[in-house]
This record gives sequence, C-alpha cells and structure tokens, in this order.
Amino acid sequence: MTEKTPVLSVRNLVVEIPTRHGILRPVDNVSYDIHAGEILGVVGESGAGKSMTGNAVVGLLDRPARITSGEILLSGQHIHTLKGEALRRLRGKMMGMIFQDPLTSLNPLLTVGDQLTETIQEHLKVGQTEARNRAIAALEEVGIPAARSRIDSYPHEFSGGMRQRVVIALALCAEPDLVIADEPTTALDVSVQAQIVALLKRLCREKGVAVMLVTHDMGVIAEAADRVAVMYAGRLAELGPVREVLTAAHHPYTAGLMASTPLASQGKERLRQIPGAMPRLGNLPDGCAFHPRCDYAQDRCRANPGPTLDTCDGRAACWFPLNTKQKDEVSA
Amino acid sequence: MADIQQEIRPSRLRRAWDSDLAWSFRHAPVAVVSAFVVLVLVIGAVLAPLIAPHNPFDPATLNLMNGFTPPNQANQFTGDYFILGTDDQGRDVFSTILYGMRISLFVGFAAVLLAMVLGVALGLLAGYLGGWTETIIMRVADVQLTFPAILVAMLIFGIAKGITPPEYRDQMAIWVLILAIGLSDWVQFARVVRGATLVEKNREYVQAARLIGRSPFAIMLRHILPNVLNPVLVIATISLALAIIAEATLSFLGVGAPPTKPSLGTLIRIGQEFMFSGEWWILFFPAATLLALALSINLLGDWLRDALNPRLR
Amino acid sequence: MSAIIKIESLTRVFDVSKPWLNRVIERLPKALLTAVSEVSFEIEENSVYALVGESGSGKSTIGKIVVGLVPPSKGKVEVEGVDLATETDASKIEAVRADIQMIFQDPYASLNPRWRVREIINEPVAAKGGDTTGLAERLLEQVGLSAKDAAKYPHEFSGGQRQRICIARALASGPKIIVCDEPTSALDVSVQAQVLNLMSDLRKDLGLTYLFISHDLTVVHHMADKIGVLYLGRLVEEAPRDRLFDAPKHPYTQMLFDAAPRMDAFGREVEPPKGEIPDAINPPTGCAFHPRCPIAVERCSKERPEMRRIGETRVACHLAE
Repeated sequence: MTEKTPVLSVRNLVVEIPTRHGILRPVDNVSYDIHAGEILGVVGESGAGKSMTGNAVVGLLDRPARITSGEILLSGQHIHTLKGEALRRLRGKMMGMIFQDPLTSLNPLLTVGDQLTETIQEHLKVGQTEARNRAIAALEEVGIPAARSRIDSYPHEFSGGMRQRVVIALALCAEPDLVIADEPTTALDVSVQAQIVALLKRLCREKGVAVMLVTHDMGVIAEAADRVAVMYAGRLAELGPVREVLTAAHHPYTAGLMASTPLASQGKERLRQIPGAMPRLGNLPDGCAFHPRCDYAQDRCRANPGPTLDTCDGRAACWFPLNTKQKDEVSA
Repeated sequence: MADIQQEIRPSRLRRAWDSDLAWSFRHAPVAVVSAFVVLVLVIGAVLAPLIAPHNPFDPATLNLMNGFTPPNQANQFTGDYFILGTDDQGRDVFSTILYGMRISLFVGFAAVLLAMVLGVALGLLAGYLGGWTETIIMRVADVQLTFPAILVAMLIFGIAKGITPPEYRDQMAIWVLILAIGLSDWVQFARVVRGATLVEKNREYVQAARLIGRSPFAIMLRHILPNVLNPVLVIATISLALAIIAEATLSFLGVGAPPTKPSLGTLIRIGQEFMFSGEWWILFFPAATLLALALSINLLGDWLRDALNPRLR
Repeated sequence: MSAIIKIESLTRVFDVSKPWLNRVIERLPKALLTAVSEVSFEIEENSVYALVGESGSGKSTIGKIVVGLVPPSKGKVEVEGVDLATETDASKIEAVRADIQMIFQDPYASLNPRWRVREIINEPVAAKGGDTTGLAERLLEQVGLSAKDAAKYPHEFSGGQRQRICIARALASGPKIIVCDEPTSALDVSVQAQVLNLMSDLRKDLGLTYLFISHDLTVVHHMADKIGVLYLGRLVEEAPRDRLFDAPKHPYTQMLFDAAPRMDAFGREVEPPKGEIPDAINPPTGCAFHPRCPIAVERCSKERPEMRRIGETRVACHLAE
C-alpha cells in the first residue's frame, strides 16, 4: 500500500434525481480511489450508474441530478463544493474527459489546432507559438501521422479512430492529473478499439495520469485496467485488482457476469445466465439490490440495510461472498 | 390501500389522471388557467342560443331606440339593461360576442382540420415515398411559404367571390373562409410530418412491417401516423389560435364573415367606426374576447409542446 | 445436408452522390459505394451461418438483401430452390418470403411504441388474414414471457424482454430462416446470455436456420456453425467455426482475432493493428486489405485475389496456404 495521496478520492458519493414518483439514486454511497499512473475500470450494465459517477466527479451532472452527500477529493482537495468559475478552471486544468462519440465532443467549426491551442492557453501560461508547438507534440504523442500538416484540418477530415485520438490529445494537452474516459471505444471498430486501448495504457504509464475507464466491455477492462469497480443498480458491487475480480469474483453478480459472457475457450454449450434484469432505480428491492436474481440469496440479503463494501469484506458488497474461506464455512 | 391498488388494474380514468401528461398539466398553472378560459369561451359559444339574453340576428327583437346603450346601465329611453352595452342598431354586445365566437371558433376549427388532414396526408406521402412525390409536394410548400398566409387567403377569397353568384355569397362566405385559411396553413403540418416520417421510416419497426409484406399505405396509416401525431397536436393547437386571428383579420378587412353573420373580426370592424365617438365598448369587448381566446389557446399550445417533448422532461 | 439459401456473386451498389445540381456546379463525378461485392456462400438447413466484419463490411446489407428489404444490384439469392429475382410465380415468392424473418439490432426501435404487444406479435399473421386466436399468448410463453404480457405496451419492458418480443414476432408466421442482425449488441452482457440461449433453444426445437450477423467474435464463436468474414464488402474467408478460430488463414481474420479484447488477457501488451478501414467509395486496388496487411507483397496491390479452397476453408488471399 502506498501512503501517497490518491489523485482522485471519492467518499460515500450519493447522487439523487428528484422525480414525481420519488427520489432516485443513480449513484448510492460509492467510494473509491485512483492513484497516479493507475487505470480504474468501472463496469456495469446500462443504468448501473457508471457514467453518472464519472459525470459527478467532473461536475457535469445534468439537472435535476445533484450530489446530495459524500466527498470528492482531487489530490486531497475538496472539489464537490466548488461551483461555477472555480470548478470550470479546476476541471480544465486537472481533469480531462474522453467521451464515447468523438464526433460530438469536437467543435466541427474549429480546426483541431485551434481547439488544442485554445485549451492549452486557457490552462497553461504559454504564448501562441509555444501553444501551437505543444499542440503538434500532443497530436504526435497520440499517434497522428504528419501532425504538423494535419493540425489545421477540421474534425470531419479525420477518420473515426483518428478523431478519437484527437479527443484524447485534447483531454491530455493541459497536462491533467486525472482522465475520465466514458466508453471511449464503444463507437469504434475492433481493430481501432485495440489501438485506442493501447494508446490509453501507454499514456497512463508514461505520464503518470490517473485514468477512470468507464465501459461495459469486460474484455477492455481485463486488458487495460489495474483495478476494477463493478457497479450494480447505483451501488458498488465489487472493487479490487482486475485479475482477482475477474478470475475469482467475490460478488455473485460479478461471477454471473463473467459466466454469461461467451468465451472462446468455452465451446457451444449453453451459457450460464443471470435470470431477470437489473431492477429500475425507482423500484429497488429491500436489502441487497441483487438478491432477486442471486442463486445464493438468503434471508439476511433481503433485510435492510443492504450490504456495502465497508460492512462486508471490503472487496464485495455481499454478505456471503464467493471464493473465500468464510463462504466455505457457511456452506459447510 | 396501496395493496388494493396493486391488485386491481386501475380504471381508465384513473390511468389518464396518473399519466405524465395529466401530471404535467396539474403542475402548470398557466396551462390550467388557459384551459379554463378556453373552456368557458367554447361553452359560451356552443350554448350561445341558450345563454345569450337576445338573438342579435333576429331583426324582430331589435329596438333601434336601444342603440348605443353604455355597458352596465339602463337605456335612457326604454329602460332596458345590457351588461356590455349595445351597438348602433341596439344589438346586445354580449349576445353578439357569443354568436360571433360561434362563427370564429367554427371557422378556426374547420380550417385547422382541413389544413391538418391535407398537411398530414401530404407530409406522410412525401416523407415515406420520397423521390419525385416528395420533391413536388415540398417545392409547392416552399413556394406557398413565400406568400404571406393572409395574402393566399385573400387570393382564394377573391377567386371564390368572383365565381359564386351574389345571392349565395353570404352563405358561401364562411366556407370560403375555411377553405382560404385551411389552404394557407397546411404547409407547416406537411413539413413537420414529413420530417418526423423520415425519422420513423428508418426505424426498425417499420422495416419489420415491410418485411411482413404490409403495403406502403398500411404502414403509413397504421405504423407511422400514430407516432408522428404528437407534434401534429401541438401545431394544431397553435394553428387554431392563428386561424382564429386570420379569420378575424380577413373579416376586419371586409373579405370575411358578412355583417349579417358577424364573427369577432366583423364585430371589431363594426366597432372601430365608433371608437372615437365615445362608444368604446362596441370595439373593446369583442377585441378583448378575441385576445383572451387566442392568447389562451396559444399558451395551451406552448405548454403542450413542452409537455410532449421528451427532451425537456 | 442441403443448402436452404444459396447466394451467388451478390453485389449491391449504393448511389451516394450529392444532389444533381451540386454535382453540376462542383463538377463532381457520381459517387458510388459498393457495399457488397461478388459475395457467394451457401447456408445449410438447420445451421447457423455467421457473417462477421467491422463497419462498412456490408454484413447488414447482405442481411437486408436476403430478407428482401434491399434489392441486389447484381447476383442471385436462391431460397429453398426459388430464385427471388427471376421467379415469376408470385405465390412461390410469397411462400418463400413468409419463410424468412428478421430480428433487428435495436429492440427499442423495432417495436411500434403505440401498439400493444399482442398486435405486434400477431401482425405478420393478421396482415395475411390468418387466424391469430391465442397466437401471441402462445408465442410469448415460448420465448419466456408471460401470456399476460400480451396486453401491455413495449415501454413496459426492458431491453432483453423487448428482444424476446421481437423474436416472438419473427416466429409468428412459422418461418424456417431467421436473419439476426446484431441481435444482442444493444443488450447488456447478463441479458445477452439469456437471448443467445433462447435462440439456441428455438433453433433446436423448431429446426430453424439462422443467418447471424455480428461484429462480436465471442458471440459468433458461441453461436455459429460456419463463419464468413467480410472486409469492405467482400468475403475474405469462410470456414467452419473451429477451423476458422484454430487456424485463420486470411491476414485480416488473424488481425481481427488478435485485436479483439479478451477477458483472460490481463494487461496484454500487443502491437495493435495498423491503420483503419479505407473509404468504401474509393477502395484500394488489388486486395482491399493490402495497405494494412503485414505480409503484403507487390502482387497484392495489383491483382485481386480470387476465392480459393484450402481444405474446409475458402479464402481470398494470394499468400494463404
């Protein structure tokens, strides 16, 4: 364990959306750290709250969603209390965002160079020429060939993969400490996806950036992430080193997720399936939100309050975690 | 209580009350007030023969001595009382407004209905069939948009007036009004429906229907039409206000409803002659009614547009 | 085993030119996009044939041609021995059309939101004037939903349940062949497994034949008996499943396999593939893959490789052996 302050530290974060049918909690009591040079993968199904967590961290929650409790610390500094100008400056300086669709995250009316130099000058005290040189360097760094001649092109003149590289360059050009990548490869083809994943890993290692990689693709997580956070119905189901979580899951949901993914080594037999679907946020069951779909559910799982990482073994929010010694005792 | 509600499927009325639209309506005071005003005015117009104290178009009941009675006063010669006063011929202004609204609302509704049927049908055809059908329909629409609606209406009105014999002219006037306003108004329906159809036609449920072997006509009518009705409803509401105003404008200009069957616009035209001679009420009350009617319908349309827009919810 | 679908040198060209007036003013030539080019394959009865490829490979267009949503520009689609392009007997075409149904990618867009589930499922039969008594209820139970769901509207269901409804609709006319266009790519992993299992069960129970279109290699590996790999509208390799996954012969297939993220490849460091899919309007000369191919020789840029048979595999590459 390192004693260094984590780049991002989220503590008991709660995001609520008031609706006419009551208050929804798309993010419910979520805590995690990301250290410099580390990639934290956040996985979950649609509606599990994985994107909402990222948006809360960068302060991009759409009204009426709002943070109602918890803390977000960036390099030890509270940022969830910041508003307006202060938040905007900090966000640009210390955080970079990479979104799913590279086309909509670039301004189609400005050249790539304009957008890069603008961002650089906004956050770093450098002159016009220096900013342009840095922009070219940033494009070269993300692997855009002939960056010097392509810098004055418009976003539509780039292909999909190249555009996502530009977005990554844009996210990294102000030298942030934290990058939040929300489904950065979902819109891309397999071959380009591999390129982008490799790029993210290289940049993270070389620049010591902390990366939060939000995706639904377990394969991408396995290849890129150091640690993984599995979310279910707005809560953290499991959090731990990626190899351990994926090969020996403690939470039955993670285990089910792994078993239901077709594996090349598995052949054509029936897939293990998790019955049912994730409950809607307005209609969560008591206790552990996963218990109606869980093979191992017992009475304790149905009782409030439900399990959390803190009240369980620290790795999975489950009263009866799998693949542990305690579990063997219970079943014995 | 809650348990009982879960077991019994709520009644149709209950479900309507619980729907998102009804909920949004209850929480929009402007919409509630507007709806109330429109409802009162429409009921007043529909029940005019029952409510109105006089029948202003029955010459037998008119007494010229009652002319120019101010509102809320007894006539100095006859002692008759009129809540909103009378005009130059002794007609009760309150009654003429009620009867006038009948004409205005009828023309408005009928014109919007005509524009809607025409616009939705042409929009669906243009959007779904594409190609030359689309080009021709949309170019005609573009050309029509370059003329102000009132001008188009006056043109149609002028032609119709020329070809109808004088003795039928008064009877024909209302139908010509409806035709004129309806024909000048179909373009926006057609444009919106075509746009929505272009989106819907590429959705997979339409492809599934094509796969099944449904005819284009059945697909347009059964699949696409119900899914493009929301924007049509909004435009229809706002068009209704515009149609009522267009009718009033035409009647004000003297090319609309005849004085024997006056609409609100005709009443305003009659009233403005007395504006500066002190008999303000003959103009004021019809004008205020027209304003209240058009404004309320417009506000209702604005609310409907927001309530039906999923992005604003 | 007999082939239920025979596809011969299927080609589809789309006109993606700007409007006529723009072309005249800007002096542009007509832009033609060859989405599918000279594709031939056969699907055996009661088997799963998968088409894989990245965007622009033409896999969805082939599916739409097979079901008849898009007419081919050239080539032949023969279903149950009936050539759909040349057959003149309308009743024969009608009968064949009823034997092919389709499941779409987006379960949220493929059900009419204003219709009840019962009407949606019954439509294929009702449109032909058939008897629909109890049909929807029976099909709903067959796909793992409840008969009571027939009275509900699509918005009351989750994505996975909607895809089950889509499957029920596809089954309503009692088809023999179902074209599945990315049927699970809009679904979450845990739900994907349910739908894939259901599709496997239905195939066994009803003796269905699937043309399975997907970009997801793990799903294809799980479902398919035989796989065709497409690149820029052309079939580059075709082989039985195990043959293809054990010994891919075309460099593109190899690249695709290497690039796909794997759940057991923790922190894998591999050289990612080079380049991106080229513009389909102006494809490279010769073999379309040659600019990205690690083993390309001069011949590859000049001469288009023909499909060759090597054992059980058919491959379009000069160098494959």
